[in-house]
Amino acid sequence: MTCLYLRAHSSAGASSVSRQSCHIDTELYSWHSHLDLAAEMIHSLFLINHSGDIFLEKHWKSVIGRSVCDYFFEVKEKAVDPENVPPVLQTPHHYLISIYRGKLFFLSVIQTEVPPLFVIEFLHRVADTIQDYFGECSENVIKDNVVTVYELLEEMLDNGFPLATESNVLKEMIRPPTILRTVVNTLTGGSNVGDTLPTGQLSNIPWRRAGVKYTNNEAYFDVIEEIDAILDKSGTTVCAEIQGVIEACVRLTGMPDLTLSFMNPRLLDDVSFHPCVRFKRWESERVLSFIPPDGNFTLMNYHVSSQNLVAIPVWVKQSISFFESGPSGRLDITIGPKQTMGKTVENLKVTIHMPKTVVSANLTATQGNYTFDLATKVVVWDIGKLNPQKLPNLRGSLSTQTGAPKPDDNPSLNIDLKIQQLAISGLKVSRLDMYGEKYKPFKGVKYLTKAGKFQVRT
Amino acid sequence: MTDSKYFTTTKKGEIFELKAELNSDKKEKKKEAVKKVIASMTVGKDVSALFPDVVNCMQTDNLELKKLVYLYLMNYAKSQPDMAIMAVNTFVKDCEDPNPLIRALAVRTMGCIRVDKITEYLCEPLRKCLKDEDPYVRKTAAVCVAKLHDINAQLVEDQGFLDTLKDLISDSNPMVVANAVAALSEIAESHPNSNLLDLNPQTINKLLTALNECTEWGQIFILDCLANYTPRDDRESQSICERVTPRLSHANSAVVLSAVKVLMKFMEMLPKDLDYYGTLLKKLAPPLVTLLSAEPELQYVALRNINLIVQRRPEILKHEMKVFFVKYNDPIYVKLEKLDIMIRLASQANIAQVLAELKEYATEVDVDFVRKAVRAIGRCAIKVEQSAERCVSTLLDLIQTKVNYVVQEAIVVIKDIFRKYPNKYESVIATLCENLDSLDEPEARAAMIWIVGEYAERIDNADELLESFLEGFHDESTQVQLQLLTAIVKLFLKKPTETQELVQQVLSLATQDSDNPDLRDRGYIYWRLLSTDPVAAKEVVLAEKPLISEETDLIEPTLLEELICHIGTLASVYHKPPSAFVEGSRGVQHKRLPGSAGSGESVDSPDPASAAGVTEAPPAVIPSQGDLLGDLLNLDLTPPTATGPPPAPSSGMQLGAMDLLGGGLDSLLGGDIGGSAAMGAGFGAAPAAMPASFNAPVSGGLDDLFDLGGSVGMPMGAYSPPKTVWLPAMKAKGLEISGTFARRAGVIQMEMTLTNKAMSVMTDFAIQFNRNSFGLAPAGPLQVLTPLSPNQSIEVSLPLSTVGPVMKMEPLTNLQVAVKNNIDVFYFSCQYPISMLFVEDGKMERQVFLATWKDIPNDNESQFQIKDCHLNSDAASNKLQGSNVFTIAKRTVEGQDMLYQSTKLTNGIWVLAELRVQAGNPNYTVSLKCRAPEVSQCVFQSYEAMLKN
Repeated sequence: MTCLYLRAHSSAGASSVSRQSCHIDTELYSWHSHLDLAAEMIHSLFLINHSGDIFLEKHWKSVIGRSVCDYFFEVKEKAVDPENVPPVLQTPHHYLISIYRGKLFFLSVIQTEVPPLFVIEFLHRVADTIQDYFGECSENVIKDNVVTVYELLEEMLDNGFPLATESNVLKEMIRPPTILRTVVNTLTGGSNVGDTLPTGQLSNIPWRRAGVKYTNNEAYFDVIEEIDAILDKSGTTVCAEIQGVIEACVRLTGMPDLTLSFMNPRLLDDVSFHPCVRFKRWESERVLSFIPPDGNFTLMNYHVSSQNLVAIPVWVKQSISFFESGPSGRLDITIGPKQTMGKTVENLKVTIHMPKTVVSANLTATQGNYTFDLATKVVVWDIGKLNPQKLPNLRGSLSTQTGAPKPDDNPSLNIDLKIQQLAISGLKVSRLDMYGEKYKPFKGVKYLTKAGKFQVRT
Repeated sequence: MTDSKYFTTTKKGEIFELKAELNSDKKEKKKEAVKKVIASMTVGKDVSALFPDVVNCMQTDNLELKKLVYLYLMNYAKSQPDMAIMAVNTFVKDCEDPNPLIRALAVRTMGCIRVDKITEYLCEPLRKCLKDEDPYVRKTAAVCVAKLHDINAQLVEDQGFLDTLKDLISDSNPMVVANAVAALSEIAESHPNSNLLDLNPQTINKLLTALNECTEWGQIFILDCLANYTPRDDRESQSICERVTPRLSHANSAVVLSAVKVLMKFMEMLPKDLDYYGTLLKKLAPPLVTLLSAEPELQYVALRNINLIVQRRPEILKHEMKVFFVKYNDPIYVKLEKLDIMIRLASQANIAQVLAELKEYATEVDVDFVRKAVRAIGRCAIKVEQSAERCVSTLLDLIQTKVNYVVQEAIVVIKDIFRKYPNKYESVIATLCENLDSLDEPEARAAMIWIVGEYAERIDNADELLESFLEGFHDESTQVQLQLLTAIVKLFLKKPTETQELVQQVLSLATQDSDNPDLRDRGYIYWRLLSTDPVAAKEVVLAEKPLISEETDLIEPTLLEELICHIGTLASVYHKPPSAFVEGSRGVQHKRLPGSAGSGESVDSPDPASAAGVTEAPPAVIPSQGDLLGDLLNLDLTPPTATGPPPAPSSGMQLGAMDLLGGGLDSLLGGDIGGSAAMGAGFGAAPAAMPASFNAPVSGGLDDLFDLGGSVGMPMGAYSPPKTVWLPAMKAKGLEISGTFARRAGVIQMEMTLTNKAMSVMTDFAIQFNRNSFGLAPAGPLQVLTPLSPNQSIEVSLPLSTVGPVMKMEPLTNLQVAVKNNIDVFYFSCQYPISMLFVEDGKMERQVFLATWKDIPNDNESQFQIKDCHLNSDAASNKLQGSNVFTIAKRTVEGQDMLYQSTKLTNGIWVLAELRVQAGNPNYTVSLKCRAPEVSQCVFQSYEAMLKN
């Protein structure tokens, strides 16, 4: 036997019973409307600050009371660190999906089965858009621009479906505030809402608006690589990988069609592209062929993983020890260059998370300054430029609480650094060609290597 | 100048002030006022009082002002429906505006106003907009159909909007296609069988074409829709995979994961020897790895899904162990997930690396994470045999750190390692014993006691160690008490000479001084065993234990298959089938992976029993309260790695059960039976809650529509079978008991006739039940007040409760009873009709019935014939209602009456039935569906009995 509902349907064809089955269908349908079943994706959004105040709410359908956030606050209390609040929470009637960005929680309320990544990606997009419009994503900025933010949210989502999330498109519909325009608007009563349909909205290249004009035509590409690595006590690499990104700033007149090629594209293990990139060309020729959006955008992300050997730019020699008896410990850290391809390591910084029982640090740095934050138990050693002739060293003694036992956990070192004009993976752009327009653009490529999550165990 | 100025208030009162401004003649002032209103709204202030004033601002040619008013309307229209009507004309006019932006805006906003009266006016504008020349308007209108459907589904159907929506799948504009798919998927979710998204190769082709051109969000909708399609053959499957793989390189992680879902599903159909199959496997790894470099929230969802993927296809990520290594500053929820996957990927090839990592984690700060890391070391030992020795020595190193919680976790996992590799690592026991004093967690204490008891013969001072625990026996948790009892009995069986006193002591502590029935029961069993037959005791208590299995906490295969079909969804994050937890998922269809078509690989067709058991987890089938023999053999430490009770000789079971009763009666029958029943309630009330969908709110008006209950007249009394002899006099020294069961006014009664066929007077009657399937227990003492003279009979009615201890019986409705009188204790067993357990509130709401019927897999359906029943359907329905079988709906199709009925058992299990009655045919057909299919047979028997009497 199949289900009751199916039967009602299947018998609809037979004339003798069709009337009755219609009757049943009618009822089934009317029931749906009686059940308060929200079927859209993102129902509501709450913006919550660091201390747990809701300072903005947006409902895309019916209003959901703020009390729904109580479940979230409960978990937030328990998690202590805001970073540790799990992104997906279940409550009796809703799901709460949240992200933590710029000391703010973006908390969305969901009532039906929705891909959580979809929601999280969207929330990050909201944060990106706010950042893009107002220069930063903070409580003050949002409060100062609350109506614009509200209009943006309305434009970004309709019935829970993302509507316009491309910054280019949004900016044509709702103009970002500039000081000049605010003044002009006030004087003339002008509006900051566009009244024509954004050109990108429906064309096959939604990311670019028509009629772009510049007097100086330029295209800049920044190849930025972050090294994520774990080194063990002895300095051996436990794991290392490179997260790369190519950020572009393209200001070109008209509809330029660009081709960017690499000297060594096979280095890349995994790539993900801005929608403008023609995937087929990449698959067949390993070149990036695209009509760029106007302005700043992320052209491509890539990943070079541990299958290839990842160069580690610095070595770290460290010893941090605590004594079984007596209230103190010793610290001694030296850093030197390893595989820097002849470039200078800059902005070198070491962050050490000390055990809870450490109360003070009496250290001497041969280069740079160090600070110890008693509240967070973090030592930050700001070194600056790494001089291969004179290696920086930090050493001295640590004091622990009197009477406290020897700490259980080992401290861990995080390294920050920058190397200009180097992509540590060895990736190099070989050329950039432009088709479709006649002028000669100014082109530039910059490289930068940074430490991502670069951790040394002790 | 910023928007914060909108928040400043004046002395006169904000609302008053705003009202004046909204009615100002100056456009600019009006706009500013509306902005202030919106600003107040965003922070949750109630500005609904301004409704008429704001709506008055709507007729404007200023787009910004119009948008702001629309924003306001959407928020407050519901609370002011009559006012909202004022806005209709403007909406209708705006839908004709030459500017497509305004047309779209109007249709979009109208859809968001959930007021019935407005909906009526929406239809015509919507119809025009769906066919608008401008694709921007069409795509907005497509979403509006979904909104309208949510407000009034019937209207959408009647107006033919669904067909128009289906046509939009073939639209020339990919954005329109994507939105049409999204809207249709959403509508389809609310009626799963409607075939709205009729996927065929032609539509699939259209979707795949649109996939390349639409926005990232549209791609997600299309991919999720594709995942519901079942390709005809492996060639079609391959061609879809080929067209989907480029999505793996999308910057949006949700697109990537949806693509992974499609590929994981369609891959099932590809022959494994196909070159393309291998290529596809290789292509899946890099994007999954890349997801792990995204923001932590994205990582978390990705990790939960990767957890499923590595269980289904471990080969994809087997070389990628390192990306799961935990970083110091990962959020804790990411750390815990990574750890889980590391263990799943652990193999002989990478175990050294994994162990080194785990040891590193065991010295981190976060306690939860450290504990899990220590447990993980134990799991590695059990999973990879070659590594066991290293794991044990790593654990010993960790124990040397003397960090309290690390030591405790280590001891718990070492116990499991002993279970897996007996007689191999006992040399470490000495080290463990050194830490005895520092153990303060019950699980660790219990594990340590287990170890001491199990290896008592090798520990010289085992008796001293156990004795030291005994001092604070009553302060220990039950887990520890049970363990200690067993360990001392083991010790006694191994070293009987010097430990007699100890065992006496523990037995008396357990049986006489404890309030815990489990502990007392176990104490009595041991006592009896030891006093009657020490050899048998040895065989039972020191029996060889089954080894624990290697892979633990794997997701059950059919559930895994279903979850693979739901990659990227909330279900995949919670590792539960969608039906289990999404509110209002009326009849979510269970998705299955398609079988392989090409090669001869066997299709994973799940066996019905396990499918029913696991995918329908929530209404737990009769809760098994710790199997009796499992208890005896002391496998109830509930280690994460235990495989459950060992196979046991069935006779032992019977013996154990009766012994338990015998022993218990001696001490319990001090007249305090009522008290013991109440105590049983503590752990007997176990039936699991029904899934959330059962509790879906229901509007009142609908109840009447199909409420047949009122129209069929007075229900008759519940059916009660005639009395039968349960205990013949010959077997009970002259006491004869015959009896039956009845349900009166919601109370189950056990009605007995006690007859004294002996020569002497009988007094001091008492009764006790063994644990049974539905927790039946006497609700009071047996009321036999006067002595029973020879040849005298007495009628007794014993009210029963269903909160007693539960144990699954065979047959299900078997009840073992012990009756005591001044002569002896007698045992008998009888069966009660399951209809005694049908409760009065067993009438299911009709739509809940529909959803539940669909939700219960067809494997759980059983069909029976009832022969020679000469009632018409109304009489049958009436008769059944008397026994709490409720008719929810009746349909007549071609002379055949179909009755849809529901019944609820005392433990919350629902039984759904369809009874087919053909006029003039004495044979009925009854189909039963239940999440616990084992009750179906009993229910059918009751049906037959109820209808024929």
